[in-house]
Parts: sequence; C-alpha cells; structure tokens
Amino acid sequence: MTTLMEKPAAAPSAWPAWFQAEQSAALAEYEKLPVPVRKDESWRFANLKALDLSAFVDANPVASEGRLINASTGLKETAAKLILGNNALLHREAGLLPKGVILETLESAAANHTELFKKYFMAQPVELGSRKYAALHKARVAAGAFLYVPANTSVELPIELFQWVEGANASVFPHTLIVCGENSRVTVVDYFKSADQLPAFACGVNDLHLARGAKLTYISVQDWSRETTAFHLNSTIVDREATATALIANFGGAFIRGESLSRLVGEGSRSEMYSINPVEGTREIDQRTLQDHVAPNATSDLLYLNALDDKSRTIFAGLIKVQPGAKGTDAYQKVKNLILSDDADPNSMPGLEILNDEVRCSHGATNGPISADELFYMEARGIPADKARRLIVNGFFNSLLTHIENDPLRLHLEGLLAARLAIG
Amino acid sequence: MSLKIENLSANIGDRQILKGLNLEVPKGQVHAIMGKNGSGKSTLAKVMAGHPDYEVTGGSVTLDGLNLFEMQEPDQRARAGLFVAFQYPMEIPGVTIANFIRAALQARLPEGEELDAVEYYEHLYKKMDSLKIDRKFTSRAVNEGFSGGEKKRCEVLQMAMLNPVYAVLDETDSGLDIDALRIVSDGVNAMRSPERGFLVITHYQRLLDYIVPDVVHVMVDGRIVMSGDKNLAHKLEAQGYDWVEKEILATA
Ligand SMILES: Nc1ncnc2c1ncn2[C@@H]1O[C@H](COP(=O)(O)OP(=O)(O)O)[C@@H](O)[C@H]1O
Ligand SMILES: [Mg+2]
Repeated sequence: MTTLMEKPAAAPSAWPAWFQAEQSAALAEYEKLPVPVRKDESWRFANLKALDLSAFVDANPVASEGRLINASTGLKETAAKLILGNNALLHREAGLLPKGVILETLESAAANHTELFKKYFMAQPVELGSRKYAALHKARVAAGAFLYVPANTSVELPIELFQWVEGANASVFPHTLIVCGENSRVTVVDYFKSADQLPAFACGVNDLHLARGAKLTYISVQDWSRETTAFHLNSTIVDREATATALIANFGGAFIRGESLSRLVGEGSRSEMYSINPVEGTREIDQRTLQDHVAPNATSDLLYLNALDDKSRTIFAGLIKVQPGAKGTDAYQKVKNLILSDDADPNSMPGLEILNDEVRCSHGATNGPISADELFYMEARGIPADKARRLIVNGFFNSLLTHIENDPLRLHLEGLLAARLAIG
Repeated sequence: MSLKIENLSANIGDRQILKGLNLEVPKGQVHAIMGKNGSGKSTLAKVMAGHPDYEVTGGSVTLDGLNLFEMQEPDQRARAGLFVAFQYPMEIPGVTIANFIRAALQARLPEGEELDAVEYYEHLYKKMDSLKIDRKFTSRAVNEGFSGGEKKRCEVLQMAMLNPVYAVLDETDSGLDIDALRIVSDGVNAMRSPERGFLVITHYQRLLDYIVPDVVHVMVDGRIVMSGDKNLAHKLEAQGYDWVEKEILATA
C-alpha cells in the first residue's frame, strides 16, 4: 500500500505534463506547510486529532463499478450525469445538454480547454484555514468534474454528479469546477457517496464561478460513510447581478471540515449560502465561512442549521467582511442549533468586519431544544414522542428547503432528508 | 357510555386551578361550558389532553370507562379517542399539514400497516373542501403564519380527519368571522352522531346558536357551578355572570 504522500507508481497520470509539474510543487507545499494548531484563529475549537491522516492509503480503481453506477440515482429527470469513483470517471451521460455546454473530467478539460482550466482552476486563495489540505488536494486530484455553461444558455433540467469512494481507508480527491457564462442558468446536484460503511478520506474542492447575470443553484449532498474524514473547500465568485444559491447538506462523515467562501465581486450580485447538518453519535461538523463583499449593492444570505443529538459536535465560524467600496451591502448570517441532547456540543462564532457604513448587516446564533409545546401539540394528535421529535427536526430543516425554487428538486431533497432522518 | 369527569383537581406550579370539577357528557350529546376568562376552562382541556405543565392532584376522567390518567402520554390518550381543539394551536415550522395529519393517522394503524397515500389525499381534500380550506394549505407548515381563523379551521380539519370519540373544542369560535363560524359549526354538526360526544368551551353564546348544545354548564373558579339547557346560555349572554356568583354564595 502507498501512503498519501507517495505517488502510486502503477497509475500513469492523465494530466498534461505542465499540470503534473504543478502537482509536484503542490505536494512539496503540502509537506512544507505545518499541520494546523488550536491557536490558529481558523482552527479554534477544532478537533485536531482528525488531522492525523496516517491511516489512509491511495484508492484502488473501483471494484464494483456496475453496482456504483446503478446506485447513482437521484432525480427522475436530469440533463446530464457524471459518475466518478476513486478518482476516475465511471460513467457519463450528457444527452440533454444544450449546445456549447461542456461536462467532462477536469483532466480532459485541462487538455481540451486549457485556457478555461487555467483561468478558473483553484483560482481563489484558500483563506479559511486549509491551505495545507488544498495543496494536498491539488497534488492528488484526478478525474474531477468540469462544467462550463456558455453565455445566454439555460440548462433546463438539473445536472447530477456522483462522486464515490470505495474501499477501506481509501483516499479520494473530488473536485467540482463550475463556470457559468453571462446570463446562463444551471442547477447542479453533487452527491458524495461511500460504496461501503468503511473509514475513508475525502479531500474535495468545489469552485463556482458566475459571470454577469448568471444563475446557479448548486446542491451538495454529502453522504459519506459515518467513518469518513472529509474536507470540503468551497468557493463561489459572483459577478454583476448574478445569483448563486448553494446548499450543503452534510448527512454523513465522522469528521467534516467545510470551508465556504463567497466573494461578491460584481454590483448587485447575490449569494445564498445554506447548510443543513443533522449530527448524532460522536460525529463532528466544523464549518468556516466568509461572505466577502467587494462590490456595492450586493447581497449575501447565510443560513446554517444544525440539529445535534448524542455527543455530536458542530463548529460554525463565520465572517461577513464588507470592503471599503461595498456600499449598499445587505449581508445576513445566521446559525441555528437545535439541541437534542445534553451531551451535544455546539460552538458558534458569528462575526462581522465592516469597512463601509452604508450597509445592512445582521448576524447571530441561537441554541435551543425542541419546544415542549410543539412536542405536546403533536403528541396530542396521537403521534408518539419519538416520531414527533423526528418530525420536528425534519421540519426544522425543511423550512430551509423552501428556498429551493425548483419544485421537483425541492421534493427530491425533502425525500432525501426524510430518509436520512428515518421519517416513515 | 360517556366522557366522565369526577372531582377533578389540578395545579399549575403550586396554584390550584381546577377545584373538584364534575361533569358528564353522555355519548351522542353536545355539552357546552361557559365561564369567565380565567375560570379554568383551557386548563380543563389541557389537563385532559395530558399537558406536562399541569399536575393532577385528584379526581379522574374516564372515556367510556377507560381511565385517562392511567395513560401517561398525551399520544396514548389521543389514540384512545380523545381530541382537543386548542384555544391557541401551536405553530410547527417546516412540518406540512399533510404530513402532520398523515403521521397522526399512521400512528393509529397497527404496526407494519401503511396508510394508502392516494386514499389519504382524497379524504383530506374532501374535508378541506367542506371546511373551505384552500387545498394549497396541505403544503403549508402547520399553523405557521395562519390567521386566527385559519388556525381554528385547521383544528377542525384535524378533528374531522382523526374521527375522535370525544372532542373538546376550546374557544374554537374565537377569531372567526360570521361566515367562518358557520363553516366551522357545519363541520362540527356534520360530525354529531350517537357514536360521539362533544364538549364545547366558549365565551360567547353566539356559537351555541350554530352548535346547539344539549346541556350548558357554567364554570366559576375551577368548578361547574350550574347546569341547564340552552336557555342558560342566553341568560348568561344577557345578564352576565354576576347573578350566578350571587346564587352560589346564597346557597353556599
Ligand atoms: N402557565 C401558567 N402559570 C400560572 N398560571 C396560569 C398559567 N396558565 C394559566 N394560568 C392561570 O390559570 C387560570 C385559569 O386559566 P385558563 O384555564 O386559561 O382559563 P380560561 O381558559 O377559563 O380563560 C388563570 O387565572 C390563569 O392566569
Ligand atoms: Mg381559555
């Protein structure tokens, strides 16, 4: 077995030579950068034990390709589908994509659409703490998903991406790069799934770029095994009058570190950052966010919902940053923790840094148990307490899903959520 | 066969609210309770439903001989056939009316049996139509952002769907305009049957013109102090409660 640090000798890289050179440099950077410590601002409260990656090994090619392809089911109707497993492409369907839309692996994009690739691939600096792991990602990324929607093009049906990990202690490096041209429209559902209930390591990056007037809905359904350690480093860049809606549902994982940056670079742009996190057992979800208002009259709206049971932990650290030129900013940041157990450990650190006074900003965090009155009301209708509690948790998350405008998509997500919470 | 309340006493904190209340609603009848604000009417409704804030300190409530207080959990009492339409129904964010009522019906089925979704929706729509509740409400969160009247109609919808043996309606008329009052009353009247009893709590005699009661009870300070026919309600409406209190003092 090879450790994460070594390049597997047997598998020749599909990347162009120039990118392979960048990967070698990234590996050197990964080795050079120190492992984070608690006193790093962006690692406050973090569980640093999760950063011991020594158990994880390079992933073999998937063994059960057919099974994984068959299990890659989501919405009834999609415009296209890309299925990746253990850092390789397993399957591609792109029958209903409008002309000019590119949906392929990053590897082939690097070769076939080099200019686009170079312009957008990991173009944002990693600011929320995980530079070291972004370097590791770059060093080891393979396959990956690349979506480009040209200007004035609407993809009516959603596009689905499935990114699988298979095998004990396997390491995967999922990457989703979405580039939306001017006034384009697209919806993407990105599923992260485990073939088996085994420990694994995922170190993923997804970057969303919206040109002027574009509208993107991006849904991440993170459903790794309950023994997976995962990093998900997200950035969203929104230009003039464009609207990005990103919803991250963390259903799986033992330890999840999520970093989400939204940069509003064009006037009148809008970024919606949503997350739903049901956590139980000893699972941990550590999320760091930045709403960076560069341009004037832009809006960002962050709403993160956590329901914590047993001895689970969540960390939310968010910052709204209003740059000097960003007058007329509307920025909201809210995290709500529904506390289902006395042993649960929610940590919330909302924050503001405002360098322009003509702004409307609010931020806040709330903690609270299930309302005894709501519970009583449901029981008074004959619903047993345990079921009533699950319905209330389901409702807590469902009220966020109402932000998803596309009806079949919202219903699908409601179904996934109900299944996740075992609502019969 | 009756809903029988015997010598019921209950506290909230260390304050006694119900002070030895007696009342019997024979199956097939509609009884009304009238009383001033603060006399303990809602307390009675919530104590029967099993609200955890109240402590029963004495007495009993039986449903057709079944001791309600032997059932600890509110959901057991509901499944045994009791329904309380609350004066202030709770809002439940994100839980749709359709899913809420469905879960309540599902809870009444034997283990392993699944509610038929198509039949369920047909049934639900029929009841909604007759209560003039827009079908779009099925996908609205329970009571969230509802007007006072919408909440009350939603309570009656739940009652119609859950088919209780005994129903307690706590000020279901408050917040209703005259049209809504008629719709809700028609809904209740349609459910009157020899197999069901109703206890209708109200503040105003007005409701009792629509839902005509067999017996009217007057509640003062946690007790039923007087009972009569529907004319008692008219007298209370015309003369207020002072004469009742004087009469009790005179006979005490
Ligand atoms: N949570 C509470 N804590 C203390 N007193 C209460 C509480 N709820 C009700 N009460 C008191 O109990 C009495 C009866 O209230 P209630 O049953 O609501 O009367 P009604 O429905 O007849 O107006 C009132 O004096 C009220 O102030
Ligand atoms: Mg009352």
